[in-house]
Amino acid sequence: MSHLLINYYEAASVILFGIGFMNLLLQNNLIKKFIGLNIMDTAVYLFLAAKGYITGRVAPILTNGILESEYYINPVPAGLVLTGIVVSVSVTAFSLALVQRLYKHYGTLNMDEIMHLSREREGE
Amino acid sequence: MDHVNWIHNIPFFSIFLAMFCGIITPLIKNGYTAWKVHTTMLMIVSVMSVLLLVNVYENNETFTFMMGHFPAPWGNELRAGPLEALMAVTFSIVMLLTTAGGREFIFHDVVAEKQNLYFIMLNAIFGGMLALVYTNDMFTAYVFIEILTIVSCAMIAAKGTAQSMVSTTHYLVISLLGSGLLLLGMSILYSITGHLLFPQMKEAIVALAATKDYTFPLLVVSGFMFIGLAIKSALFPFHSMLPGAYQAAIPTSSGILSGLVLKSYIILVIKLVYAVFSPDVMLKLKIVDILFVFGLAGMVMGSVYAMCETRMKRMLAYSSVAQIGYIYMGIGLNSRIGMAAACFHILAHAITKTMLFVCCGQMVEDSGGKEQIFYLKGAAHKNKLAGIGFTVGAFSMVGVPLFAGFVSKMYFATASVYAPGKMAAVLIVLGISMVLNALYFLPSVIAIWTPVKEQERTQKEPISPLFRFSVVLFIVLNITLGIFYRPVIEVIEKGIILLQ
Repeated sequence: MSHLLINYYEAASVILFGIGFMNLLLQNNLIKKFIGLNIMDTAVYLFLAAKGYITGRVAPILTNGILESEYYINPVPAGLVLTGIVVSVSVTAFSLALVQRLYKHYGTLNMDEIMHLSREREGE
Repeated sequence: MDHVNWIHNIPFFSIFLAMFCGIITPLIKNGYTAWKVHTTMLMIVSVMSVLLLVNVYENNETFTFMMGHFPAPWGNELRAGPLEALMAVTFSIVMLLTTAGGREFIFHDVVAEKQNLYFIMLNAIFGGMLALVYTNDMFTAYVFIEILTIVSCAMIAAKGTAQSMVSTTHYLVISLLGSGLLLLGMSILYSITGHLLFPQMKEAIVALAATKDYTFPLLVVSGFMFIGLAIKSALFPFHSMLPGAYQAAIPTSSGILSGLVLKSYIILVIKLVYAVFSPDVMLKLKIVDILFVFGLAGMVMGSVYAMCETRMKRMLAYSSVAQIGYIYMGIGLNSRIGMAAACFHILAHAITKTMLFVCCGQMVEDSGGKEQIFYLKGAAHKNKLAGIGFTVGAFSMVGVPLFAGFVSKMYFATASVYAPGKMAAVLIVLGISMVLNALYFLPSVIAIWTPVKEQERTQKEPISPLFRFSVVLFIVLNITLGIFYRPVIEVIEKGIILLQ
């Protein structure tokens, strides 16, 4: 339990990940489903950013001529987060475009209803 | 830089060429020209990959290629050995034959002004698969997995019907769940080991496993990563997105997705087992046993679902679920020979399933778009070559000797002997699954060859030369792989030894 309190960033990010994951899996409303996807991805970025930060150090941008690595934080997780954001933006854009097409066709955002309607039309 | 080893540049150049063709394709307005560019790219890549394969096999070597200017333990790396080169050769040849044989479907089903965009997807998916085969660091793998996810969904949606939109959404959601788990697993693994490159990660993991303090975190991480990849490669309980997607998509897309894209995730699993987690640590983590059980369940359940199915493409999709089960069963044996059998099955399934989808798509089209097996009665008489291709594919899937599918099943059985606790389970399930395979494939083969009335038999559909070329080559490849399998197995075994 004390571990959870010390690593509260990580604990929070894993809880958020769970929330996002279950939303993506179980939510019926398509827009909310993809909001769940974004929560899930952002939770991982929080985890990475928390891992990259070291208390008392600064971002590795050379301004005052200090070259010792002890002065700076680890820049790799920040790079990973940036790449991850690009990926999740494009996935979100793609999925929202799909949702728009589906809404034009079926007039609803409810995944169950859409599945039902599509099965009915296929049966015809 | 006086001496440049050109062979070592092949992995990077193949990926780069595929991506570059993807970039220039939007400038080409005509679908046929886009197809020509795509085919030329695939030919160049397959010739280069054959060169690479011959070279690494003869020198008995694997090499890493540094991308950018940062040496290990930072930076990005590609790595190629006999196994990777063999996979690249197979992927490029199968892709070439599928796009040739399935070209008419693309021009028939995709709206005329968007045909060139479909070829962007094909180029990107090929580049992504090559990157997953060659990658030597975790984050490159993640980025290309996401690229593959988006592109596969776009390929399913390309037909533009409402039904394909619904199945794309389903496919997208399940794939995203998988990549989310994988990303979390990767991030935790990175925070434990402090590295992203495979060799450095492996060192750290072996050291951590030796201390025994990190057994639980490693178990969680391996669980996230392997289950994530299992979801993406549609292992049995996570297969629900496949049938709808393959039914709604163009046959060419279905063939490429089931034959190649799912396989590239499995190749990443194999690389993770050998190059990151190392077989000894995997044995302690028990995650392979979970994959083994899911694989066995998939072998039976996939076939049972396929038996209940009346529509041809959905039946093929469920058969893919069963075949993915075979591959994971081979990985779950956690022995070198089991892994070799799994790798061989990847090749056998790639060349068989793509051919089945192309031939099935052709027969469905000849029968006026109806895909219930009932309406396909006698379809093979209209297009003899598609019928023969489907029959060869079905025999190979069932495991008739002389066809590629037989060899991998034989090797699975052999491999089970070396895994004492699992032998009985493997042999029993292998037997049941082969009988089930025969039970659903043979009726459909009999149905398509059922004699029809004389006037229907005379109305033959024209066979395009490209379709003829691709199916004949597929059949030749299948039988060659089924008879002369020794050299292929040798390359795979050498590749697996070098991967460690």
